[in-house]
Parts: sequence; structure tokens; C-alpha cells
Amino acid sequence: MRIGAAKESYAADEALFDTAVQWRWLFVFFALLVIFPFIATPYWLFMACLVAINVASATGLNILTGYTGLVSLGQAAFMGVGAYTVAWLEINLGTPVLLNLVAGGLMAGVAGMLVGVPSLRVKGLYLAIATIAASVIFHFIFANWTSVTGGVSGLTMPPGTILGVTLDEPRDLYWLIVPVTVLMVVGAANLFRTRIGRAFIAIRDRDISAEVLGIRLLRFKLLSFALSSFYAGVAGGLWAYFFRVVTPESFPLLMSIFFLAAIIVGGMGSILGAILGAAFMTMVPEVLKMVVNWLSPWLPDAVALLSPVRVMVFGALIVGFLLFEPQGLAEMWRRLRRQFHLWPFRT
Amino acid sequence: MDWLFFFEISLAGLGTGGLYALTGLAFVLIYKATRVVNLAIGELLMLGAYLFFGFAAGLALPHWMAILLTLLLAAVVGGGVERLLIRPMLGESPISVFMLTIGLGSILIGVVELIWGPNPQRLPEFLPTTPLFLGEAYLSSKIAAAFAAAAVMVVAFVLVFRFWRGGVALRATASDQAAAYSMGINVPQVFSLAWVVACVIAAAAGMLVGAIGGIAPTMGVFGLSVLVVVIVGGLDSVFGALVAGLLIGLLEALAGAYLGGEYKLLATFSLLVVVLMLRPYGLFGTHEIERL
Repeated sequence: MRIGAAKESYAADEALFDTAVQWRWLFVFFALLVIFPFIATPYWLFMACLVAINVASATGLNILTGYTGLVSLGQAAFMGVGAYTVAWLEINLGTPVLLNLVAGGLMAGVAGMLVGVPSLRVKGLYLAIATIAASVIFHFIFANWTSVTGGVSGLTMPPGTILGVTLDEPRDLYWLIVPVTVLMVVGAANLFRTRIGRAFIAIRDRDISAEVLGIRLLRFKLLSFALSSFYAGVAGGLWAYFFRVVTPESFPLLMSIFFLAAIIVGGMGSILGAILGAAFMTMVPEVLKMVVNWLSPWLPDAVALLSPVRVMVFGALIVGFLLFEPQGLAEMWRRLRRQFHLWPFRT
Repeated sequence: MDWLFFFEISLAGLGTGGLYALTGLAFVLIYKATRVVNLAIGELLMLGAYLFFGFAAGLALPHWMAILLTLLLAAVVGGGVERLLIRPMLGESPISVFMLTIGLGSILIGVVELIWGPNPQRLPEFLPTTPLFLGEAYLSSKIAAAFAAAAVMVVAFVLVFRFWRGGVALRATASDQAAAYSMGINVPQVFSLAWVVACVIAAAAGMLVGAIGGIAPTMGVFGLSVLVVVIVGGLDSVFGALVAGLLIGLLEALAGAYLGGEYKLLATFSLLVVVLMLRPYGLFGTHEIERL
């Protein structure tokens, strides 16, 4: 609770951003997002797009896992559904980009609902394993339904076009990917101020109690699956426009683990957590790559070490955060902020 | 239909199934004693295979010594993992512990790749290689030997589990931790014991799997099939793990032979989905009733 932030109405109490300072910082952040493509090198633009795509998907998983308490290891498969839908539409029908993205999201949402059907009977770890089964089955479909998905070689799609601008470089794609991501993140943040979002949280805290309180478990669990997969589908669609080649191997189980790790590292059940976690986990391999580049004059075979070290650091981050900072980066951020608020009084 | 071919495939499938059953046993043991779903089981198996490789090929020790050292080191790893990673997570949500084991698996893959490199290797031969015939049916003697070894270990384990004091303590802890504790059983020690035994079993299974198919840092995928095995059998049922191990091995071999290699995982995971829909707690698992 901040000094001088007395609430006078319910609307003020449940506002997303309650102080003028927060609004100002938000404005600064968006201004930076707008200026970024004009000052950044292509490499950083590429990374920014990748981070934004991962943030969108991690936010979706956070709705399901962080807020509804249903663990899913199928997020990458749902991204795959979105990506294949978008690629197929772009190649065969050439429909507008935004429409394709929505269609990709909807397809993934339907797929997510199908996968979510067992969630009423099985929960916890059994559900996590059921979603692994789903991702294996989707992978099989991607690889073997050759007439639609192009089989093992996948689909190669032309760049999309918005308002006559061809989206074939990160500089142009940035203006598609980042606004869509921002929109989805704000949507997710607002979701938890509504009846539906509150129902999700009630289910996470104790699903039987929630049912006693009159929340229809099946309906809300399926809705949570659908929403989360919609996010994954749109993120997958963005991914397809970004890389323009969609193959079955683009969305391995490891990618689902990556997203789960991202929300654990970031902080489950926190919008900020998903953003921080996805950005952090996307940047860590890049930082490692830089370190290896610096070290290469002294360590000649440093490049060969990169891959195992990356795998190890990935695991160590998951283990380390679970052991020492279970609330994730979001909690570290809050602590940092508190430091500043209480600065002269608490040392 | 070629019955001889069918018979041969089934035999090979059951052979692999024996290894699934053995690894499933390690998994069930940990779950029963500590309620931890250990997704790193495939990687622990891989670590066992690589340790053997390191001792037998790298240091050129005699095979029996390499096997003993591997099992010993696996026990140390198991105890260490339990003490350093799993114990501090006691009382956390099952999901967190589950993710922790995924992280552990990733670390193990990285360590193995760092030491032994990412390329597949062949284990030194320690199983017989002369072809074996059951009637007319051909059976790779490696698979037969591995199956026999797995069967011996399973029987030994079941006996120990049933009659040894430590086995009884394990079962008591599995059925009610608080009651076991008040009866004077050192429950934390039982947790360690479960991990030690499970890691030894996993390492043994890893050596057998590696002897049949070679070793690679990616052989932890074996753990995915084991996951199916224990879910189908029931997470807390030793008998279920044994039956489901053989069943999944058979199913995988038949799907691979008659439909094609890419159908293997599809077949087992489809079975998993069906079982989850019909009996969410597995074929032989305990149905836990939730109360408010």
C-alpha cells in the first residue's frame, strides 16, 4: 500500500493502474516501444519480435496454469495449430493478415477445448501428462497430414501484407507483432477484473469449493483452455509470419516446457511475471552466446560448449527459481520497488 | 497374416516391455514414498548408461567393476538429489516439484553432453550376442538377456519390498506418513532410501537399454514411454507398473512393425488418453477421494 493513494470509489480500487506515477511510467514504456525500431539494430529488432511472440504465448499459458491452476505441457502444440492455420490461409486463400491471426487463434482455441475435455476428470499431474499426450498427437498430425500441413518438410509461406506494406523484415513485423502482443497482455490483465477471471482464480485456489460456490467447473475450465490456446494460436500465427517456415519440428515438447519454465521463472499468476519471464528466458541463450563469443579467444572450443551449457543453464534456472524464489522475477521486481518506496526509512 | 513374424515382434516388444516395467518400478517407488512425480527418470537412466560407458570404455575397467561403480555412483546421485533438491521442496505444490524434476532432467542432459559430447555412442558389449531361437522364432539375445536381468531385478525388488524391514518401512510411509512417523519410522530417511533405490534401478535399466540400442544424450525420451507406463498402470501401483510395462512394450513393438515407426508414440499416447478418460487413476492405481 502506497502512501497518499487513498481510494474513493470501487472503480478506483479495482483500476489496473492506480496512481499517476504508474501511468507516467507506463507512458514512458510505450514511448520507448515506439522509438525502439528507429534506434535499434536489426539484431535487436529481431530479438524484440521474438520476445514479444513469447510474451504473448506465455501470457496465455499463465491464464491457464498461473490463474486457473491447470498445468499444460501443450502450449507449443497449440502454437503449432495457430501457425499451421495462418500459413495455410496465407498460402491458399491469401486472406488479410489480421483475419488470419484471429482464425489461427480460434482454431487453436477449439483444439485447446478438445484437449481440455479430460480436465474435469483428471487434474494436476495427470492433466499435465494428458497434455503431453495431446502434443504428441498434434505432432503426429502435423507430420503426417501431408495434404494440408506439407508433411515433414512443412509449409513455406509468402510474407503477409498490411495496408500495402510487405511484412518481410523484423523492422516491419515489429509494428504487427508488438501491438498485437500489447493488446493481448492488456486483455489478459483486464480479464482478471471480470467475473470470468475471478472464477478462474477461485478454481485455482480450490476447485471443489469453487463448484460449491456455483462456478460451473467444466464450463470455466474449458473456457480457460480455450482462452489460453487462443493466445497460443495467435502467438503461433505471429511466429509463422516471423519465420515464414512452419514444420512439425518447429513446435517440440521442449518449447512447451520452455513456456512453463518462463512463467515459473517470471512468477505464476502474475501478468508482469509472464512478461518478465518470457523476456528473460528468451534473452538468456543470447547472453550465453555473447559470453561464448567473448571467451572464444581464450577458449578455442567454446562454441562446442554452448549447446550443453545452454541446456544446463535452462534447467538450473528452473531449479534455482523454484528453490530460492518461488514467486519468480515478479516478486524480485516488487521487492525492488518496495526498496525505492521505503528508501530513506528502511535501510 | 504371418504368425511367425507376429510372434517375433511380440517377443521383442515384451523384452523392451521388461525394461519399461523395471524403470516404471523406479518411478512408482519414488511416487509411493514421496508423492513426487519424477520426470527426470529418463535422464537418470541416461546418466546411468553414460556412467557405465565412462567406467567401462573411458577408464577401461572390467565390466563387473564398472557395473558396481555405476550402481554405487547412481546411489550417491539419488541420495544427493533427494537431499539437495527434493527435501527443500517438501510441502510445496506437486506442480512445483514436478517442474523441478524437469529442470533436473535438463541439467543432467547438459552435464552428460558437456562431458561425453552430443553424439551417440556404443556401449562395450557385455550381453551375449549369439542369436537365440525359441522354436522357429528369432529373438535377439541381447533383448532376452536384458529381459532376464530386468526380471531378476524386479523379483528381487518385490521380495525386498515385501520382506525387508526397509521395504516394510517404505510401504508404511507410502500408506500414511504421519502414522509411520509415530510408529518410530524415520520418514525422511525413507525418502532418501526411495530415491537411492530408484536411481540404482534406473541406472541398471539405463545400462540394459544402452546395451541394446546404444547411448545418446537424447535417450531420456525413454522416460516419456515410462511416463505412459506408470500412468496407465496407476501411479502408486507396483503391480500396475509391471503389467503396463509389458503391455506398452508390446503395443509399441506391434505399432512400429505393422503401422510404421512414427506410429509408436502415437499408439502409446492414444492408449494413455483412453485410459485417462476411462480410469483417471490408472488400471491398478488407488482412486483418491477428495474432500473439502
